[in-house]
Amino acid sequence: MPTLVSHPDEVKIVSRRFGLGATDIDKYVELDGYKAVQEAIAKGPEWIINEMKASGLRGRGGAGFPTGMKWSFVPKQSEKPKYVLVNGDESEPGTCKDHVIFLHDPHAVIEGTMIAGLAIGSKLGFIYLRGEYRYLLKIVEKAVADAYAKGFLGKNIFGTGVDFDIITQTGAGAYEVGEESALMESLEGKRGVPRIKPPFPAVVGLYGGPTVINNAETIANAPHILLMGGEAYAKLGSERNGGTRLFGISGHVERPGVYELPMGYSLRKAIYDVAGGIKDGKKLKAVVPGGSSCPVMLPEEIDVGLDFDQMGKAGTMLGSGGIVVLDETVSIVEFALRTIAFYQHESCGWCIPCREGTDWIKKTLTRVYNGGGNKKDVDNVQYLAENMLGRTFCPLGDAAAMPTIAFVKKFRKEFEDYIAGNKAGTPIITVEQLVGAH
Amino acid sequence: MSEIANTIFSPELAARFDKLVTIYPLRRSALVPMLLYAQDEVGYISDEVIAEIAERIGILELDVRNVLSYYSMLRTKPAGKYNVQVCTNISCMLRGGYEILDHCKHKLGIGHKETTQDGVFSLEEVECIGACSWAPAIQINYDFHDNLTTDKVDVLFQIYRDGQGKDVK
Repeated sequence: MPTLVSHPDEVKIVSRRFGLGATDIDKYVELDGYKAVQEAIAKGPEWIINEMKASGLRGRGGAGFPTGMKWSFVPKQSEKPKYVLVNGDESEPGTCKDHVIFLHDPHAVIEGTMIAGLAIGSKLGFIYLRGEYRYLLKIVEKAVADAYAKGFLGKNIFGTGVDFDIITQTGAGAYEVGEESALMESLEGKRGVPRIKPPFPAVVGLYGGPTVINNAETIANAPHILLMGGEAYAKLGSERNGGTRLFGISGHVERPGVYELPMGYSLRKAIYDVAGGIKDGKKLKAVVPGGSSCPVMLPEEIDVGLDFDQMGKAGTMLGSGGIVVLDETVSIVEFALRTIAFYQHESCGWCIPCREGTDWIKKTLTRVYNGGGNKKDVDNVQYLAENMLGRTFCPLGDAAAMPTIAFVKKFRKEFEDYIAGNKAGTPIITVEQLVGAH
Repeated sequence: MSEIANTIFSPELAARFDKLVTIYPLRRSALVPMLLYAQDEVGYISDEVIAEIAERIGILELDVRNVLSYYSMLRTKPAGKYNVQVCTNISCMLRGGYEILDHCKHKLGIGHKETTQDGVFSLEEVECIGACSWAPAIQINYDFHDNLTTDKVDVLFQIYRDGQGKDVK
């Protein structure tokens, strides 16, 4: 069971109720639960969207699109029913933040879903968890059932005449389904492959109706924003990046865990202060800052604020907030190979550049790792990855290409040395192991 | 009373399926959850499971197979009573995921996607299970075990072998 961690630099907003027994609905209500949604019903959609816009909240799934703006894109009038879809299909390696939200504060996700529903005029929300989170589904299902029993969900919620329902379910194991249009396909009982955009989900989404899709952390923030006011929330973060965010710090640090830090918090401090520095006093070699799809950073690049804009300027991404720390013992060739093996395994095969590109990069890196690489391989890997960028329906192709390009560019010498027979780092995987399962 | 008279599922699961197909705006939306729940009860997605689910939803068996083949958690062959899934993705890899996998292989005497002769355990190497900050981690059926060492794995296996483990389904 995930252990809770804390650090004095944390600003606890979305994690405020973690560890306080808020899975129990009475406890949740005691801790200001379901207040925000009642205020939202009283004050109406325009007020909700204005507060969300003022909060500067940007999507916590990885893309960082402003949430208030996303909600405002949904047409007010629609012949088809509108839907809210909570994306809890958290599958990006390095990312485990939604896990703790579902575990400790499922009602915040439920309340956030209701608020999103009120904002866009929807009466039905879906909470979709990844298949591996079945034990968390049980927690969320119980929370939903408790909310129905109290009259917080269903017909005439809180006696206000408003109806709202929530359906919960899990997927069955597919990283691709975390992509919003693939998630809709999966929820409609099909293979989880992406749809062509436009039309965007805000106009034509689930069952062809206007749909708001938000990451679970984004949704869980909504009640807190309405309670404290959008402007107050915005002030917690940095410019154009409102509020706080959950960072899952993992890999070679002394105190791995999920920490809530203000947007714009120093990446160096997150690693060295909050997570206790590099494990066993070793040296830092590299950081994957926001889940496996984010371009790797060198030790000299970590004096940067953790927000979407600053990370973008630093040539990488904030992504889904999963900071993976690598110490000096790691072979980048091996790490790059394990990363691409994941994307090759998870490519849905819909787009040729992604399907073939991930496969060829994996094959080439496997050969290099096996000791059979040649000088052209590094260039070939970079060429393949660059030709995947922007050429697929969904971002999985980019998610595979971007880290690959960064590994090759920033650690080219290590790849070349490896091919020449000088292997850096301590091997973890044997080639047989890798080929065996992937 | 179930929608289908000669169901292969238990009365409880049949009743759950009867309800499940009605809650969504589109009946077919129940497909993935139904496959998962059927797998939990039957052990795998057999031809009979495919036929009945297709009938319950009102789609072709081919449609069911098409979806079934896409998702990695759905299987068409039986697994052990306890399916051990070892994560070896980057965060787990950095903290000993492969060591845990090798230990499991050695301890159980089986490889990836194999089942012990007594049918108690099966083993799988899987992609990220979302336990990165508590790595290395494994999942046994739907139960998470994290911050593992090889010693802890030994204890876990014994607990499950003794029938004391949580059989989360």
